Amino acid sequence: MKRILLSHGAGGREMAALIDEVFLARYGDPNRVGDDSATVLVGSHRLAFTTDSFVVDPLFFPGGDIGRLAVAGTVNDLLTAAARPLVLSASFILEEGLEISVLQTISESMREAAAEAGVAIVTGDTKVVPRGAADKVFITTAGVGLVLRPGVSGAAARPGDEIILTGTVGDHGTAVLLAREKLLDGEAIRSDAAPLTGLVLNLLEEGCQIHAMRDPTRGGIASALNEIARQSQVAMEIIEARVPVAPAVAAACEALGLDVFQVANEGKMLIIVAPEDASKALFIIRRSPYGEAARVIGRVSAAPPGRVTVKTVIGTTRLLDPPSGDLLPRIC
Amino acid sequence: MKFIDEFRDQALVQNLARRLKALAKGPATVMEVCGTHTMAAARFGLKSLLPPGVTLISGPGCPVCVTDQSDLDAFLALGTEPGVVLVSFGDMLRVPGTHTSLEGLRAQGAEVRVVYSPLDAVELARATPEKHLVFFGVGFETTMPATALAIQTAAALGLDNFSVCCVHKTMPAALKALLSSGEVRVSGLLCPGHVTTIIGTRAFDFIPAEFGLPCAVTGFEPVDMLLGIESILRQMKEGKATVDNVYTRAVSVPANPQARELLAAVFAPDDAFWRGLGVIPGSGVRIRESYARFDARARFPQVWERLTPPPPSPCRCGEVLRGVMRPMDCPLFAGKCSPAQPLGPCMVSTEGACAAAYRYER
Ligand code: SF4
Repeated sequence: MKRILLSHGAGGREMAALIDEVFLARYGDPNRVGDDSATVLVGSHRLAFTTDSFVVDPLFFPGGDIGRLAVAGTVNDLLTAAARPLVLSASFILEEGLEISVLQTISESMREAAAEAGVAIVTGDTKVVPRGAADKVFITTAGVGLVLRPGVSGAAARPGDEIILTGTVGDHGTAVLLAREKLLDGEAIRSDAAPLTGLVLNLLEEGCQIHAMRDPTRGGIASALNEIARQSQVAMEIIEARVPVAPAVAAACEALGLDVFQVANEGKMLIIVAPEDASKALFIIRRSPYGEAARVIGRVSAAPPGRVTVKTVIGTTRLLDPPSGDLLPRIC
Repeated sequence: MKFIDEFRDQALVQNLARRLKALAKGPATVMEVCGTHTMAAARFGLKSLLPPGVTLISGPGCPVCVTDQSDLDAFLALGTEPGVVLVSFGDMLRVPGTHTSLEGLRAQGAEVRVVYSPLDAVELARATPEKHLVFFGVGFETTMPATALAIQTAAALGLDNFSVCCVHKTMPAALKALLSSGEVRVSGLLCPGHVTTIIGTRAFDFIPAEFGLPCAVTGFEPVDMLLGIESILRQMKEGKATVDNVYTRAVSVPANPQARELLAAVFAPDDAFWRGLGVIPGSGVRIRESYARFDARARFPQVWERLTPPPPSPCRCGEVLRGVMRPMDCPLFAGKCSPAQPLGPCMVSTEGACAAAYRYER
């Protein structure tokens, strides 16, 4: 590994290796659990803290833009720690020559998304680099949230738990790819980019026994489920026929040779819940506009630890492996 | 999607699996010729539905995998020529060449673009007249017409900055070489439906005629593939051997005449290097003289003159492609060789047997 390859940024095995060998080898908590947000104890409060950078190309795509994505992505990462998102920062790297109206549109979209998510954007930074040194706009957001329920973590899934998915998969990645490659006209496929504050807080406030949550972004539900299975040392099986996929997304993935389970989502949550609370949780999730298509898609079991399988639509079983060497850069 | 869903119907599949059990008499080895079949079989866990003794093995049908190391090295070397932009399908990006891969070359500063169609490469050439765009023409009869069309389009546009590094291959000649070698024992072959839509089912007639082996031309859904296997088992039981077309929804028996004309106008038959199979006479194509302007080999002869033969590699893709070794029997499988650190193309391509086994069957 001498130079950075695009696959180092794809959210798969290569990225995990890079993080381990370059960053964690030098700094970071050796006992970290590997969740999307870190949590820190401040006095008697536990805070969740996370950051994320956005380099999506194109900046505007059906269903959203880089601004909405930058707010939703960080808010959803805070939510996975069962935290109420409080404040965000937003830093911009701008390429010389960018039209200011583009930046205004993006900022307006961030304002709307932040209002929807119930967070305030309270600080930020702006840098401009010469033409060619960056591509139009890159945004980094960071967020702080108040942990409402400690212990919700990718490492806390237990055998017997049910796996809830809050809606269709594959929308965001397919929408961005089609927009970028100009492969389809019209807006048949729209990104699902959305902050899920309402949906998740409802669950926590109504006392559902949530054990783990993860938003299946890069690498799709395949990556997210494998991460949880590995962190919690449990096995998981999902039932392919239960995973909602919009027909247009399924057809596009089929045509492009993509595995829809590996395609990024930006407004979905995988929620691992105690079996006795599964139907209650599903009922609550479905009340949210972003959760109407929620389903229980599978179950956690004890062994073999770390293994995720799919019961296929034809009744056979196969491995659900996280993607590797992903060739779809700049999806988020 | 309705159309596809019917071919993934669980009741239908289970019913077909029962029919296979009733038909199977002793062991049978069915070779799926095409990489798309390899992937579909793994993704749907089809092997678990087959009667005991009936096995499915992969053949030489993954275009990225059969691309010879020397051809990949030549394409990579083109990338270091001044002003050259390499254009490829995404599947090729991470395949290790002797010194680097396209992805590695790009990280070192070469321009490498990924496209979904060779026509996109022509468009790039039109948009950047100061660069020379070289498209890596990889694939079988299914991708060849698009390359031919790209060349004709570039000619019509009068472009002088577009060429093709042509390593396209034709399936029937390779199958003939493979079966003649006697190295692999198969009882029947599943032939790819989409190749057949271009060349017609007759192209496979030599398999029953010369080798006495039953064939079934079929599509890529679970039901298609099980119907194909059923046809092979039935032919075996009845002591027959024909090319049975169970993919009638797409393949008409004669070849697609427009596609054939297009191919004949741009390409002439030639010998080709296959990874694992060596040189097979008449199994490839070269770009005709009249289009020599679009032939990278003619435009950049110095690159080929500089090439040295690749050193031996520990990867055993050749044996996998010949159907004599299963991926999991490769000592490097899932240890030293994985999709994150692939040692051979079979672990990279989505249609590669090692990648399919790694992703779905471990
Ligand atoms: S497992 Fe790797 S090294 Fe072995 S044959 Fe397959 S690609 Fe080559």
